[in-house]
Amino acid sequence: MSTTTASVATEQYNYGIVKKFAIMAMIWGVLGMLAGVYIASELAWPFLNFNIAEITFGRLRPVHTTLVIFGFGGSALFATSYYIVQRTCQARLWGGKLLPELTFWGWQLALVLGVITYMAGYTQGREYAEFVWPIDLLIAVVWVLYFAVYAMTLVKRSQPHIYVANWFFMGYILAVALLHIFNNLQVPVAWNSLESYALFGGVQDAMTQWWYGHNAVGFYLTVSFLGMMYYFVPKQAGRPIYSYRLSIVHFWALSFLYMWVGAHHLHWTALPDWVSTLAAAFSILLLLPSWGGMINGIMTLSGAWEKLRTDPIMLFLITALAFYGMSTFEGPMMSLKSVNALSHYTDWTIGHVHSGALGWVAMITIGSFYHLIPRLWGTTLYSTKLVFVHFWLATIGVVLYIVALWVAGIGQGLMLRAFDQYGNLAYTFIETVSFLHIPYVVRAIGGAFFLSGMLLMSYNIYMTISGARQPASDEGRDAVAAAAR
Amino acid sequence: MIGDIFAWLGDMENSKPLALILFFSTFVGIILYVYTGKKRKQRLESYKDIPFMDDDELDPTHEKKQQVKKDESNGK
Repeated sequence: MSTTTASVATEQYNYGIVKKFAIMAMIWGVLGMLAGVYIASELAWPFLNFNIAEITFGRLRPVHTTLVIFGFGGSALFATSYYIVQRTCQARLWGGKLLPELTFWGWQLALVLGVITYMAGYTQGREYAEFVWPIDLLIAVVWVLYFAVYAMTLVKRSQPHIYVANWFFMGYILAVALLHIFNNLQVPVAWNSLESYALFGGVQDAMTQWWYGHNAVGFYLTVSFLGMMYYFVPKQAGRPIYSYRLSIVHFWALSFLYMWVGAHHLHWTALPDWVSTLAAAFSILLLLPSWGGMINGIMTLSGAWEKLRTDPIMLFLITALAFYGMSTFEGPMMSLKSVNALSHYTDWTIGHVHSGALGWVAMITIGSFYHLIPRLWGTTLYSTKLVFVHFWLATIGVVLYIVALWVAGIGQGLMLRAFDQYGNLAYTFIETVSFLHIPYVVRAIGGAFFLSGMLLMSYNIYMTISGARQPASDEGRDAVAAAAR
Repeated sequence: MIGDIFAWLGDMENSKPLALILFFSTFVGIILYVYTGKKRKQRLESYKDIPFMDDDELDPTHEKKQQVKKDESNGK
């Protein structure tokens, strides 16, 4: 079948599972960001710990990261990947009703158990992989099912070519399987204990952790969301991606390069110097495909720039790409050993992570959801004005957040390295902590801006779905059908 | 013999440049494949329309259906 001859999808798609994951993404997003704002406030005003162990920063921080990365991001990825694979393959999701449902309930169960165990004080102590070993096993099972459902849907596709968004999703599913298994090789203390020891020790353990950590950023938070971008940006713009060939090069270049860069998190440590240098070199190389992909996404709007004035969903998607470009410039810069000597162990790193997580990951998800949700429920969005308001709340929130942490991180880094004329440290550690107070307050305010945007979105989505359940007139249905295309 | 090959590969001074050659040449091969050949260019670029293919407007029978709808509404 030629691509110029359109095929009519004759099969009904499984939208039920997409809807479930989309709703849970919204719920986890709000809860995860609420936890984030709270712990940011704890850093600015420590009395908020209230001497209650369960809500101290150390325990709530993994709750925040887990809920936003795996709850919000993960559920959004399940939702959009299941939607995109069906639409672009013109095939119903494989596995009947049962297997996709198992991925849903297994994933949600892992998240709930994760939150409970973190707050009870159980953690594996590995960043972004704090789940204790039984939950790791549950996630591994869910992931294998996810792979099977996704891969088999590709196998039974009606469309001969596999659209590039699916390559990105498949790359992410395979890479995350690899990362999850090797990073979570643990020896439990006892079969009935939640505690365990890492299989690796010393610098090998650190290397494994950051090989996982950076590839979690690379494959889980970048490659997968690029899959989202390669479908929803063209759909919302109403025009195909700028260059399909560039998207192919984008995919392969990221796949070749990302796996090597994790060691840039361990500059100036016991890690062999050549590994550190190799990671920095590959990090710099990553700038090229990342910006190639960003340009490919933004140029899709070429000839239709006026949409940025009238379409707030397009604003979200294009701004997300701009933040993707900014983060993928900042990341390689911070991977340089000389820059890293200043930035490492400071809040600059946290700011960098959030310019990617909020600016890129959250914004591309939000834009995609505003496009997707009305189509899933066969309706139109309740309020476009609220989307505009949400866009500005989110943008101001991200900018406040990252600027505050640039000031905090660079200031702290300079203070920690300053010497007086006799060669003594110019500042005590507590002076650097005091310096951080104002930036921490601004960071918490930035987070609150972003959270309020998410609450507004939840309201808009709730009203959209509620409206879809009301009986509509014939004209209304026609308008909805036209909008849903 | 096989043992010698594994021993040679096990030496990082051999396996690192070998990996570099393999990965780099594969990547260059992908670039050449993607950016050469007029027909291939047309074929690859045609895939960009896939997200729009199950939309009604790309349905070859869409125009006919629209005409039938119009006729029905005009009472023909």
